[in-house]
Order: sequence, then structure tokens, then C-alpha cells
Amino acid sequence: MSLVRKQAWVLGLLGLFVALLLITRLIQPNFGVNGLESLARASLPFAFATAAMAVAVIVGGIDLSVGSMMAVCSVTAAVLMESMGGVPAIAITLAIGTLMGLINGTLIVVTRVPDIVVTLAMLFVWQGTALLILPSPGGAASAWMRSAITGSFIIPGLPNALILVAVIVAAIWLPIRRSKLGLAIYATGSDETAAFRSGVATGHTKAMAYGLTGLFSAFGGLSLLALTGVGEPVPGPYLLAAVASVVLGGVILGGGVGGLLGPIIAVFILRIIRTILTLAGFDPNVTTIVEGTIMVGVVMFGAFLVQRSKRQAA
Amino acid sequence: MTIDPDPDLLLDARGVAKSFGAVRALTDASLSIARGEVVALLGANGAGKSTFVKILTGALKPDAGHVRIRGAETRVGSPAQARRSGLVPVYQEPSLVPDLDIADNLRLGGTDRDAFQHWMEALAHPDLTLDAVVRDLPLATLRIVDLARALAAKPDVLLLDELTAALPTDLVERVLKVARAQAEDGRGVIYISHRFSEIAALCDRATVLRDGRSVGEARIEPGVEERVVELMLGAKIDLGKRAAEIARPKPEGRPRLAVQGLAVAPKLKDASFTLHPGEVLGVVALEGQGQDELFEALAGFRQPAAGSIEVDGAPARFGHPADAIAAGLSFVPGDRAHALFRERSVRENIAMPFSARMRNWGPLRLRHEKARVAEAIARLQIDTRAQGEVQRLSGGNQQKVTIGRWLAHGVRTLLLFDPTRGIDVRTKRQIYPLVRDLADRGAAILYYTSELEEVPLACDRAIVMFNGRVVDIVEATEADEARLMRAAYGLTATEGAA
Amino acid sequence: MSDIHPETDDRVPPLLRVGRFLKDNPLIPLIGFLILLIGILEVMRPGILSPFWAGNMIKFAIPLAMLAAAQVLTMLTGGIDLSVGIVATSAAFVTATLTPLIGPFPAMAVAMAVGALVGLVNGFGAGIARVHPLIMTLGTGLIATGCLQVYQRFVIATGSDIPDILEWLGTGRTAGLPNGVFLFLPFAAFILWVMRFSGFGRLLFALGSNETAAKLSGVRAWQVLIALYVLSGLIAALTGLLYLGMIRAPSLSLAVPLVLPSVAAAVIGGTSIFGGRGSFAGAIVGALILRVIDTMLTLARMPEGARIALFGLIILAVTALYVRFTETR
Repeated sequence: MSLVRKQAWVLGLLGLFVALLLITRLIQPNFGVNGLESLARASLPFAFATAAMAVAVIVGGIDLSVGSMMAVCSVTAAVLMESMGGVPAIAITLAIGTLMGLINGTLIVVTRVPDIVVTLAMLFVWQGTALLILPSPGGAASAWMRSAITGSFIIPGLPNALILVAVIVAAIWLPIRRSKLGLAIYATGSDETAAFRSGVATGHTKAMAYGLTGLFSAFGGLSLLALTGVGEPVPGPYLLAAVASVVLGGVILGGGVGGLLGPIIAVFILRIIRTILTLAGFDPNVTTIVEGTIMVGVVMFGAFLVQRSKRQAA
Repeated sequence: MTIDPDPDLLLDARGVAKSFGAVRALTDASLSIARGEVVALLGANGAGKSTFVKILTGALKPDAGHVRIRGAETRVGSPAQARRSGLVPVYQEPSLVPDLDIADNLRLGGTDRDAFQHWMEALAHPDLTLDAVVRDLPLATLRIVDLARALAAKPDVLLLDELTAALPTDLVERVLKVARAQAEDGRGVIYISHRFSEIAALCDRATVLRDGRSVGEARIEPGVEERVVELMLGAKIDLGKRAAEIARPKPEGRPRLAVQGLAVAPKLKDASFTLHPGEVLGVVALEGQGQDELFEALAGFRQPAAGSIEVDGAPARFGHPADAIAAGLSFVPGDRAHALFRERSVRENIAMPFSARMRNWGPLRLRHEKARVAEAIARLQIDTRAQGEVQRLSGGNQQKVTIGRWLAHGVRTLLLFDPTRGIDVRTKRQIYPLVRDLADRGAAILYYTSELEEVPLACDRAIVMFNGRVVDIVEATEADEARLMRAAYGLTATEGAA
Repeated sequence: MSDIHPETDDRVPPLLRVGRFLKDNPLIPLIGFLILLIGILEVMRPGILSPFWAGNMIKFAIPLAMLAAAQVLTMLTGGIDLSVGIVATSAAFVTATLTPLIGPFPAMAVAMAVGALVGLVNGFGAGIARVHPLIMTLGTGLIATGCLQVYQRFVIATGSDIPDILEWLGTGRTAGLPNGVFLFLPFAAFILWVMRFSGFGRLLFALGSNETAAKLSGVRAWQVLIALYVLSGLIAALTGLLYLGMIRAPSLSLAVPLVLPSVAAAVIGGTSIFGGRGSFAGAIVGALILRVIDTMLTLARMPEGARIALFGLIILAVTALYVRFTETR
């Protein structure tokens, strides 16, 4: 019972997603496994960007540099893969992503400049770094990487990309969430003073959470590379999409509440709306406008909720 | 350093001093607790209690003096460290993480679950499930959880800071019993409360802080209240002429402000009074008796849940402070940080209300503004040597700026919330005649003060608030501090009101 | 006179005192820094300094300084406007494409209206829904980009034309100075006047300094914020018009690369990103400094990436120093 109540928002999102899938089928009766597969593939970088953002928001901050860190990781891996095997390249990329996140977090804790300002500045620092590594799209992706996210051969009927997101996010997030660190992350995001008084090392916790954000961003960058086959130094529109998905996914801006499942389902919802609009024959640019408007609307609604809960607490 | 610590002393704090910038919060505070003792720490608002508590629990580092727990000097860096040393506090406000459930909150602090459950049973909450989320629980339950968590850590010294303020009577009794049992086990308890009845029932000894200094101790025995009140009030400083001694006609006619049955969440339950032009009405209350809500509702910061406010006989509703200002009610809040634009000039701070309305967004009327500001500065004798930034002024001058703002704007009804908190005697002596002068020129003034001696100095009458209600109305001529203090502590059976 | 005066200068630690001096007179060290940079430039490439070079530097600093005005004003309230790039671009594009259809002045009016509209949406989000302005303006920027692309498909056949007046402002020179100053000087005077001598400007400082205190003084924040972001949108649109005259080739990302430098110019010029403190004069010098740094980086063959990263680091370092010096927040 309480599990149902706790997960009501996530279940609702899941229901919404299924409903949207059905609508898609109504519009385009031959939308099937293939359609789902390409939807999942296109959602991959968004899903990791959102997971990354969600961790930062849960600890009570926000990370505007997610898209730029993804770009750094994408070009790093693309350059490395030209000269070494895929696996060591991926390992190095993941380490670099985590390091970038830790740098963000440490700067926030040490300078005492608010998260939003530090990560805005770092957005540009990382973007510049990506351009230094690779001034224009290039490099290469290992062939097996590209095929790993295509098709649906691991479990028939389920797109590989979907399984990949689920497995990676679960393998990283679930053990952490259950650990002392996970608890400290939620406690710090919920009420930093109370957490500090309960004995949590809040500065350390924040830095670690941002490190995790960096790690998920690295996966985002890798999936970007796998998707396009080239390293892309200019980040796409991941920032707003990630914030909107996080809010829609039930993570409250301000911290301490929500998980990663909701935001990731929210990513698929926003993506499938795009698919529906495209299938319905809208101009892709109009689709961008509608999508942007939905995202801004979602964020406004989230801010409104925060404002109301603040007023109630006062 | 050569004095051997008394082995029976669980806690020994001596000569503790702490300053925040120019403000000396503590000058010489001491507290000792032997095994099996319950000691009350008392002091009026602003005496330095909360700073002392923070130093004892390791949230702040003292500038001078020492804190020893079981003879060992504590080098406190964090609450977690203080906890390990044996002193476990229960803070005034819950220190549980709101979005986690109880079980996770216990895990966070490394609290033993069985011990916690044991204490929850002892505190009459055996059925609280550990997966309840803190945010959903009522305040009283949270206080009990806080206490049980502290007890489960098996503290040598337990510090209870205003724990019972949010508790119903039966739970208060439980808490007192448990605290007593701690002492009987050979542990120590520091008890901070505004309620004399609890102190009398629980404590062995009371130590009193005044103006950041430990001024005395008293064994708890019948009649000790008088002695404690005396210690808290201290020797009189001559602050000026008593307003009550100056003959003034009784206010009559239509009141400027009439408040009837006002209730404002969370603490104000029922307030009724009238305020006439030319009158200074004092408000006397301990911390958190609903006076904050009263002032904020009158200033347009909060919406009342029930009751009515009438200004000049017409019902008024304030959705925003701008509405209150339009109705002539100007608010000087207790915390200057809420009223000042720290990095702006004195002139801008004073002149800000001139620009608030949209039709005044255009060119500043500089000459008009300069004249009004200069007049306010002269009238308040603000030291303007550092006028480029308000934050560089002394506390007293900052406070004058917040009052000067409304002098320049024109005062009809002034809501002064503890205007003399934390400021020097000299400035205080300037503020009382100013308040009187404003009233004599036809302003109506509501004046909350945490310093009782001010009531006869500045006010014509005073209402006493306790537990969210107006419980007494005292004429200034009869408003001696002992009577006010007793009323504020809910000690007298009140005639007339409530 | 007074016995209680806790923070007279003799008791303030030296580092804080230096910080205070710089805070009180931000222009002095900034201009010094600018001269120093120009000196270094002359050493790097002897003979580069000439009236023509100076005119050119001023010419390209003007649009940057104008966008920085939008950042200074919004930052005063603790906000920021990241949509200025796309607003300026849209204004330029709309003007260029509508001029052949409805004539230059109506086209420019429509362009300004576009800026005002985006500003209105930003103001609604920031002032009423209370979304963080950074997220809000990012979102409207994205939507505006989409709208511009759709718009482009409708006007693709009409061709484009740049109004003569804009071309004159953007490319002409009078007595060695770029004609842009004829727009910029009145503009700068207006912004400085708003900040120092208008009630509205005073409220901007108030909101950023202490919103509770502003509320206490009777200020309704949402009114101020909506007006502010509309003003910011108008400034961005005006900048777009000037920039169109300078570049003379409307594109869909014309002014977008100016956003980051505009934020950097404001921050370098002593405007606090937390609100309550800011100077447009400082931002103008900041814009000039950035242009000189730009020249230096180009001379040193620094790649684009290094420049972006450097600007990010400048913003972070200046802000962190500000927090250190003032010990607020």
C-alpha cells in the first residue's frame, strides 16, 4: 500500500507513457518494435543527461554543465578510440566524466558560490575543453558500440538501448542509494542543517553527488558517440530537456525527494510526444517549439509547486 | 590550567566568550553539571542562551574560555564530534531530515534502533512506525522522536532546549519523568525552558544568564521564581524618564486600529485590542507566543485565518505589505537583516518606499527626497559617517535607519517589533523619546519589546500575550517588571482577559 | 562623536579593505587593467595600436556592451538573461526579411516587438511563476530558436534587405569613430540614468539586495521583474538591429556567440551575479577588455575552445573572489 503511494507519481508517468504509445499506434498503425527501438535509441543521451541532472537536483543543487560534460566525454572517447581499444577508451572516458563532476562539486563546496553560478561557468569551461580536444565533429566510434545500442537482440521485443539505460543506471544508482552515501545525499538535499546536525559530512556528500552527475554525463557522452558515430564537441539541447524531465519525473527542485526512475520515464514521455508530433505531420521546427513550450510549462509548474510548499511551510 | 578537574563534574564550562563582529553575544558564561544533576539554564531573550548552547554542543567555537566534558577538553568542530564526547543536544527546532523516514534518520546518526524503540515506549509512543516520513508527522511527535534519538545515544549530558514548548501536558509529564530518571542514573541534564512550573518540578539548580554573563545560581525551592526573576532583570540602568509618569489624557474616539479575534497560523490564536492615535501600546510576550504572527499579519506578510482588522473604522485586508502601507501601517521588523539593503546607502534605504509604486518608477524627485531623508537623519541623530553602505553602520544606527524610513515616508501607525534588540544603551535612550514624540504628534504605535523595563518607559498600556492569546492588559503605571514577567510566564491567574 | 562604530576602516582586515576599495571604485582598477592589456598587446605586436585599430575595437565592443547592459540590469535583481542572443538574432533576421515587404521602419518596429514579447514571457516566468531566470530564459531562447526556424521557411523566398540607417550605423565612420557611437552614447546615457536616477532602477538594486526588505517597503516584485525582462528584451532587439548593420548578413545564429561574453563583461565590470550591486560603466570597460583579450588570443593563435573556457573561468574566478571579499552568501 505504502509502496503504491510512494510510487504513485512514477506509476502515473508509466500509465501516461503507455497511453501515449497507444496514441502513437492509432496515428501510425505500423508503429511497432522498430519504432520503439528508434525511440529508445534517440532517447539514450537524454536519459543519461536526465539521470545526471537528477542526482545534482536530489542533493539540493543543479548542474548546468551536464551537456558540456557530455560533449567532452563524447570527443574524448572518439579521439581515444582512434588509437586504442574500445574498452580502455570507455574506462578512461568514464573516469574523466567522474573527475569533471568532482571538480564541479568541489568548486561549489570550496568557493561557496551557489551551484547554479558555478555550473554555469563550468558549462563554458567544459564546452571550451571539448572544442580544444576536437574543434569540429570527428574521431570514430568502435563498431561494436554502435551495434550495441541498435536492435533488440538481448531480450527479443525490448530495444537494446532501453535495456542498456536500465542496467547501467540501476547498477550504479541502486547500490549507492542503499548505501550510507545515498542516504546522506537525500538528507543533504532535504535539509542541509538537519543533516549536518545528524552527523552528515555535507560538503563531502555534495562533492560525491556531483561526481556521480559527472559519471552519468560520461555515459551520456558515450551514448551520443555510439548514436552518431562521431565525436560532437558542441553540446545539444540537453540542459533544458534534462531539467524538464527531472521536474516531470517527480524530483523537486530544491532537493531531497524523488528518484531516477521517474525522470527517465519522463524522458521517454517527452521523446514520444516528439514522435507523435512528427508522425502527425508537423514540421520538425514546429515540433521543437511545441516541445520547448511543454518543457518550459513543466518547469514553471514545478516552480509553482515549490513556491506553494514554501508558503505552506512558512 | 593547573586546576584538577572535579571528577564528579560531567560538564564544566567556564568563562566562555563569543563575539560576532562587533556584537558581543557572550562575555563570561559558565555552567557546570555534576553526576545526577538537572540544571536549568535561564535568561531573558537576547541574554546569550542560544549562543551558549551552540558553543556547548560544538556548533560554534568560543573565543575564550573552555568547555570540558568528563574532564576532557572538547575541541568541537562539528555536532557529530560533540555527540561522541558525550553531550547530546535536543535543539529548539527539530533536527530531523524532513524527506526521510524515521528509520533512515536513525541510520544517518548511527542510532541504535532497539534503544530508540525502548525510549519511544517510555515516552508513550510505542506504535510509531519507523517508515513514517518525518514531513508527515506532527510537531509534537517529532520532538519526542528527537528526544528518543538523543536518549538512545546514552548521553552523559543531555541538553534539552525548549523541548516542551510544542508538547501537550501529558507528554510534558512523560518527558520530565524521563529526564528525572536520567539524573537518577547518574547522568546530567541541562534544561532550558520558559516555564517555571516545569523547572520547579524537574530541576535541582538554576543558573541565570544576563547580557552574555552568568550572573548567579539558585537552588530550586519554593519561592525561587522571585529570586530568578530578580537575577534575570539585574540592576537597573537609568534609561530615561518613565512615560507613565507624564500625565496624558486617556485616548478616546475612534481607534486607529481595532483588532478583533485575530488568529494567524501557526501560533496566534486569539488577539483583540484597540490602538488609538497618540497612543503607544506595548506588547509583552516571551518568544514565540504569537507576537510575530500578529505583527506580520498587520504588516501584510501573512494572511489571518480568522478575525478582523479595522483601520479608522473600516475593515482592512492586506494581501501584500503594499496594502498595509497604503492603509498607513508601517512595519519595523525585529530582525534588521530583513529590513535593510545592506550594500546600499543610508539615503537609498530610507527613501526606498518613495519608489515602490509604479507611478513613481520614473525620475527620482531628488530634492524632495534629500530634504525628507535629511530631516529623518537629523531627527534620529543617525551617525552618517559611513553612510555609503548601511552594513558599515553600527547596529544602533542601522536600527535608526529602519525607523527613519517610515519617518521620512510619514507615519500614521507604526508597528515596532523589538526595536531595541541588541543595540546600545545610548541609542535606546534616543528611541524612547522619539516614540513618545511620534505619538504626541498623532501617530499610533504598537510596540513589542523583549525587554520588560522598556514598557513603562515608552508605553501607555501593554497587552500581555501567552500561548497565542492576549491574556492581560496592563496600564503603564502598574507595569512593574515583576508583574509583567510573571504575566508573561503565565504565572498569575489573569483577571479580566482570557 | 559616537562611541559605537564597529566597522570603521582601521579595524577592517587589509584584504577586506582592498576589496571594499575595489567595490567602491571598480572603474579605477578596470581601466588600469585595460591599459595594461593594451600595453601587452603593443609588446606582442609592435605597431598594432592606431586610431583605426581603436575605432575598430570600439565598434565591436558596442554590441557586446549593449547586451551586457541587459545582463547588468537583470543581474541587479539576482537574475540573468540568456535569451538575449537569440532575441538579437531574431530582431536582425526579422528586420532583414521584412524590410523588402513592409519597409525599413515598420520592420524594425516588428523586430522590437519580438524582443518585448520574449521579454514579457521571461518576466512572467521569473516574476510570477518564480522559475529561476537562468532556466526560464534558456527555455524561451530555445522556443524562440524554433520559432525563428519556422519563420525562416515562410520568408525564404522574399529575400532580405538591410535598412540604410542600420548599415550607416554599423559600418560608417565619422571622424575616425564608428557611427555606432551615435546609437550607443544615448543608449548608455539612458541606462546609466535608469540605474542611478530613476525609481525603477532603485527598485532593481533593492530586489537583488534584499527581496524581503523590498517587500517591506511596499515593492511588488512581479511588476518590477516583468518590466525588467521586457526592457532586457528590447535592449537585445536593439542590439540585434545594430549588429545586423555591422555584419550585413542575417543568419540564424548571428548574435548567439555574444551571450557568454556579455555575461563575462558584466561580471568583470563589477556586477554581482547575486544581485544588489552593479555598474554599467564597469560593464562597458569590461566589454572593451574582452575585445582586447580577444585580439590577444587571436594573435596568439589560441583556438576558439580556449577562449570559451577562459571566459568561463573568468566568470567563476571573479564571482568566487567577490564572495571571498564580501563574505556574503
